[in-house]
Amino acid sequence: MKINPFVTEILQIAVLLFMAPLFAGWVKMVKCWFQGRTSQSLFQPYRDIRKLLSKDVAIAENASWIFRFTPYLVFGVCIMAGGIIPVISTDLPLTATADVIALVALFAIARFFTALAGMDIGTAFGGMGSSREMTIASLAEPAMLMAVFAVSLVAKSTSLSQMAIIVSHGHSLLRPSLVFALLAFILIALAETGRVPVDNPATHLELTMIHEAMILEYSGRHLALIEWAGMMKLFLFVTLGISSFFPWGIAQTDDLTAVLAAFPVLLFKLGIVGVGLILIETGLAKMRIFRITEFLGSAFLFATLGMLSFFMLE
Amino acid sequence: MDTELAAQINSLLAAMILLTAFGLLVQRRMNGLLHLFALQGFFLAVSTGVVGFVSGVHDLYISSILTLTMKVVLLPYILHVLMRKLKIHREVETVVKIPTTMLMGIALVIFSYHLTAPIRELSTLVTRSTLAVALATVMLGFLMMITRKHAVTQIIGFLAMENGLLFAATSATYGMPLVVELGVALDLLIAAFIFGIFFFHISTTFDSLDVDQMARLKEED
Repeated sequence: MKINPFVTEILQIAVLLFMAPLFAGWVKMVKCWFQGRTSQSLFQPYRDIRKLLSKDVAIAENASWIFRFTPYLVFGVCIMAGGIIPVISTDLPLTATADVIALVALFAIARFFTALAGMDIGTAFGGMGSSREMTIASLAEPAMLMAVFAVSLVAKSTSLSQMAIIVSHGHSLLRPSLVFALLAFILIALAETGRVPVDNPATHLELTMIHEAMILEYSGRHLALIEWAGMMKLFLFVTLGISSFFPWGIAQTDDLTAVLAAFPVLLFKLGIVGVGLILIETGLAKMRIFRITEFLGSAFLFATLGMLSFFMLE
Repeated sequence: MDTELAAQINSLLAAMILLTAFGLLVQRRMNGLLHLFALQGFFLAVSTGVVGFVSGVHDLYISSILTLTMKVVLLPYILHVLMRKLKIHREVETVVKIPTTMLMGIALVIFSYHLTAPIRELSTLVTRSTLAVALATVMLGFLMMITRKHAVTQIIGFLAMENGLLFAATSATYGMPLVVELGVALDLLIAAFIFGIFFFHISTTFDSLDVDQMARLKEED
């Protein structure tokens, strides 16, 4: 049975919206297990979002439109990115409109406005968080582009769907360029989603926080949207990694059964990635902020080596 | 195992050797350096074995076993014992900052790629594409000797260079004659002992293994 590609697109965005909190819950749960604590419910992130949505918004007197506008923009950008990245199917109408470079730019817009909103109120923490976030971004983005280029050299296209299709055919795990690109991508994803060696997502400890410092002034539905967007960003980076390096099982036609069959495979992969993420997080300690240059420098190195080994070895 | 697959595995191993070469370049801790060096030797041994299998040059098996015993077990062990005796744990001082070293390393890789491009065009061997990596490994070992101040790290850089040369021989001509390889292995073993004696002398004379101290040896003018 055929399914309209636009329906697949809407289905995929719904998957993004409602599975992102689930994935965040799963990651927190595994983390609790690894640290020998009793975990919260898998569905706790949904309850958090619902609670925040029903609360009133408190805004500082001197907040400008940027502060009010940012949560909606960040949320919208994440949904748009979810339309581009092939999560359950490669047959998406929106992938023709934007490639992976546009995707990096979309995330950059969201980050730019979050940083502006952090500085908007004028508290010291917001400014500190923004400055740190931009420092990390200036190092992570070139590395991200290089990693993505290494994959698109293999796929001979910068379209994400095309990349997923090419990589899923042929034994790509033996290609050095993809191995290097994957290593680089893992490091970058840890930095971009604010996971442990770079930023600690579980703490509000003043001196070390980066992302939390920027959104400290948000409350109510604004905070709900930003938190939800944060979960979606984690989900998007994971699915971006899955679709560019391990795309097996993704639907490649507009066949309904293929699209439905992609779900259990996706759940399985997400479960494994969640455990892997927590293995990295519990194995490493948070880095000093000045060591992050070296961390992201090695990500850049891996990505460049990936591109070079495409020319040298393949 | 068909030639296509063997070439691909060999490429992957070459990439891993390059990765360990970069790892050696950026690693600060002594123990980490030793582990990376042993890992590089291991990849080299496996790669030599794979090439030996696919090319039918069975001398390469002996060379592979030699590499495995020398570079993965014996030399790291000797260096480890030395470090424990001299109480070396980590090296802090580098001449150039580590991110800069990485960029220099990338430039060297591009340089060696361009240098070996004509050879690759002429060669018909399965391993022709890994020649650039072999040359890059030599260059990176060289860079490591230049950018590090500590005597032990310089020795590891030197041994990594030797790894690169062996890899170059394997990928350019399916390995050197066995007599030469046996000779090189023996030389390395003797060199390791001589290094050991030198380390003791340097550390008793200067109370440190920082080679900058040797500048004090010159006459006053």
